[in-house]
Amino acid sequence: MDLLRLATAGSVDDGKSTLIGRMLYDSKSIFTDQLEAIERTSRDRGDDYTDLALLTDGLRAEREQGITIDVAYRYFATPKRKFIVADTPGHIQYTRNMVTGASTADVGIVLADARKGLIEQSRRHAFLVSLLQVPHLVLAVNKMDLVDWSEEVYESIRAEFVEFASKLQISDLTVIPMSALKGDNVVERSANMPWYQGAPLLHHLENVHIASDRNLVDVRFPVQYVIRPHQNRNQDYRGYAGQVAGGVLKTGDEVVVLPSGLGTRIAGIETADGPVEEAFAPMSVVLRLEDDLDVSRGDMICRPNNRPSVSQDIDAMVCWMGDSPLVPGRKLAIKHTTRTARTLVKELQYELNINTLHRNQEAVDLRLNEIGRVRLRTTSPLMADEYRRNRATGGFVLIDEATNATVGAGMIVGAD
Amino acid sequence: MKPVAGEEKNPMARTAHSPRYSLSHLKTLEAEAIFIIREVAAELERPALMFSGGKDSIVMLELARRAFAPARIPFPVLHIDTGHNFDEVLEHRDREVKRLGLTLVVGSVQEAIDRGVVREEPNGSRNRIQTAVLLETAEKHGFTALLGGARRDEEKARAKERVFSFRDEFGQWDPKSQRPEVWGLYNTRVHVGESIRVFPISNWTELDIWSYIEQENIEVPSLYYSHRRPVFRRNSMLFAVHRFCQPRPSEEVFEAEIRYRTMGDATLTAAVPSAAATPAQVREEVAGTRLTERGATRGDDQVSEAAMEDRKKEGYF
Ligand SMILES: Nc1nc2c(ncn2[C@@H]2O[C@H](COP(=O)(O)OP(=O)(O)O)[C@@H](O)[C@H]2O)c(=O)[nH]1
Repeated sequence: MDLLRLATAGSVDDGKSTLIGRMLYDSKSIFTDQLEAIERTSRDRGDDYTDLALLTDGLRAEREQGITIDVAYRYFATPKRKFIVADTPGHIQYTRNMVTGASTADVGIVLADARKGLIEQSRRHAFLVSLLQVPHLVLAVNKMDLVDWSEEVYESIRAEFVEFASKLQISDLTVIPMSALKGDNVVERSANMPWYQGAPLLHHLENVHIASDRNLVDVRFPVQYVIRPHQNRNQDYRGYAGQVAGGVLKTGDEVVVLPSGLGTRIAGIETADGPVEEAFAPMSVVLRLEDDLDVSRGDMICRPNNRPSVSQDIDAMVCWMGDSPLVPGRKLAIKHTTRTARTLVKELQYELNINTLHRNQEAVDLRLNEIGRVRLRTTSPLMADEYRRNRATGGFVLIDEATNATVGAGMIVGAD
Repeated sequence: MKPVAGEEKNPMARTAHSPRYSLSHLKTLEAEAIFIIREVAAELERPALMFSGGKDSIVMLELARRAFAPARIPFPVLHIDTGHNFDEVLEHRDREVKRLGLTLVVGSVQEAIDRGVVREEPNGSRNRIQTAVLLETAEKHGFTALLGGARRDEEKARAKERVFSFRDEFGQWDPKSQRPEVWGLYNTRVHVGESIRVFPISNWTELDIWSYIEQENIEVPSLYYSHRRPVFRRNSMLFAVHRFCQPRPSEEVFEAEIRYRTMGDATLTAAVPSAAATPAQVREEVAGTRLTERGATRGDDQVSEAAMEDRKKEGYF
C-alpha cells in the first residue's frame, strides 16, 4: 500500500465539502459518532438530507461564515492506498492556502458546477495546480444531476477545459462527470450517465501511477543534521542525516559535497533498521562518507557529473503570502532545502494575473496572494534546481525577519 | 539565462518505473516524521519530547530514536503527571527512559494542586488543568519547543493545525494566524517568549499507528491488549475497576474481556470490549471499528464539538 496526496479546490458551493464527505463516507472512513453528530446538526437545521459537507467543517469561524478559510487535512484509506486530502479554500483571497495544499500534492482535483460551466475560478485553480507542478489533474464536473445528466453539457465543459489546459504545463488530465451529492461516479459508476466511459473518481485515484512522478535521476541529498554520538563505543562515528530529495544513492557511489565541491564516496547508507544498499526519495537516512570532510547542515551531496547550480542569483515565480507587499529592495530570509540565507529582492519582472495569465510588467509590487516573477540575490549560494525538474530542490520559502512570518513561496525558474 | 540542469523537454522522461523505488505508506510517514524531528533538533534551541505513555507518544519516542541512531535522542522527555495514571503506563515510561538513556522531566499536577496553582475540576478530570502545569513546567526548564504525538484525524480543530504550531507568551494557539507550510520547508523561528508545538505524526491515523506498532514490533503497555477483569457500565461506556475508578452502589460489576484504546486520565478513560490480544488483532479491530477513539473512550471529550478548539486556544496540547 502506498500513499497518495490529494489537493482539492473549488469555488464556494461547487460541492467540494460534499465530495470529500462522500469519499470519506463511502470508503467507510467516517465513524458512527461523527455521523450521528452531523445527522443531528442536519436535522436541527431542517435539512432534507444529511449534509455530508458538515463532516469537513472545521474551525468555528468557518462554521459561522459557512466557508473554508484554511487548509484542512483529511485521511482515508482503501485496500490499495492511503489518501491524505488537503482541503483548500477556493476564493482568491486564500490563494496562499491553495498553494500550500498543492505544494506536496500528487493529484489536484478542481471542481466545477455543471450548471455554471467553467468560470474564472476554475481556470485559476487549474493554473495554480500546474504552477505548483502537481503531476495529475482531475476536473470534476459536479452537480450533473441538476443538468439532467446531459452529455452535451459535460462535453462542452470538457472541450473548453482541455483547450485551456493545453496552454498550461499539465502532463496528465482526467475529466469526470459526477454528482457528489448523489454519489454518481465518486465511488460507484453512475447508472445515470452510461455515456461516460471512464472510471469513477476513487477508482482513478486508486490507480493513477505516481511512482514515476518522483525524480529518480538527479541525486540530491540536502544534509539536515550531523550525527556524532559522543559515546565511548561510537567515538569516531560521523553520519550525515537527511531526506533524499532526488535520485538513487548507492553505497560506493562517488559523490561531491556542495558548495565546497570536495569529492568522496558513500561508505554506507544507514537507517535505524540497519544498513541499506540504496536510498531514494523520500527516504530519511544517514550517509557515512569515506573521507573525513567538513560537511554541515545546509550542504548538498550529489554526483560529480550531475550537479545543481550553485548560485546566489535566483530567478523564481513567487506567490506572495505576506500582509505588507513585496517590493524590489526588500530584504528577507530564504529557506531552501535545509539551508537558510538572506536575500535581497533585486527586481520584480512582472506580476502574473492568475485569472487571465496576463503578465503585467508595470507592476511595482506583489501584494498578498499575488504571483510574480522576481530576481533574488542571496548572501550565500543556494544549490538550486529548476522547480519543474525537482519540487524538493526547486522550492523555497521567504521569511520576514522582523515578524518571523512566512511571507512567500518561491519556485525556481533559473539560476546563474 | 541557462537552464539549471539537464536539457530534455520532459525532465521526468528518464525516470525509472521500477516498483523497487516505491516506498510503503508507513515508511513514507516514518520518513516524514523523522525529517520533522531532525528539523527540530537542528533549528530549535531547547526542545523536549512530550511523553504520556500512550501509544502515540510511544511511537513518537521510537521515531525519535530512529532519527538519531546510533546517537542518543538529543533532548529530554517531558511527562505531565496527572497523578491519575495506570501503573502499567508509568512502568513502561520508566523502562523506556532507562533503555534509551534519556533525561526525564516530570511536571506534577498533584503538586500544582497542593501549591494552589490549579484547582481540581468538579468532574475530577485532570485533562484540562494539566495545561497550566505543562506551561509552567516548560517555562521552568526553558523548553521552547515541545514535540507532541497529536494526530490530525483525532478531531476537527486538529485537522487545521500546522505541523509547527506557534503559541504566544501565554501558550495560546491562534488558528487564524498560522504560518503556511509549503513543501517540507518549515519555518521554525520564534520570538523570545513564544514557543512551538511540533506534531511529527500529524498525518498518521489510529490505524497507521497500530499498523506501525505491528510492523516494527514496538512494545506498548499490556492494557492495550485484551485482558479479563471486573468492569462496570457508566454513561454507556465500560470502566474497569481499579484504584482510580470505583463503581457507585447502583453500578453492577461484572467480568469482561476488554482493552484500552487510549490512555488518558485513569479516572475517566473507558475501555472497550475486545478479544484482540496481539498487535495484528488490534490492527484488524481498529480497521473495522465504527467509533472514533475519543468518542469511544473519553468521558470528558463528548461535551461539545468546539470543546477541543477552545481547549487548544487555552494552550492545551
Ligand atoms: N444537486 C446537487 N447538489 C450538490 C452536489 N454537490 C453539492 N451539492 C450541494 O451544493 C451545496 C454546496 O455544497 P458544499 O459541498 O457545501 O460546497 P463547497 O462550498 O464547495 O464545500 C450544498 O447545498 C450541497 O448539498 C451535487 O452533486 N448535486
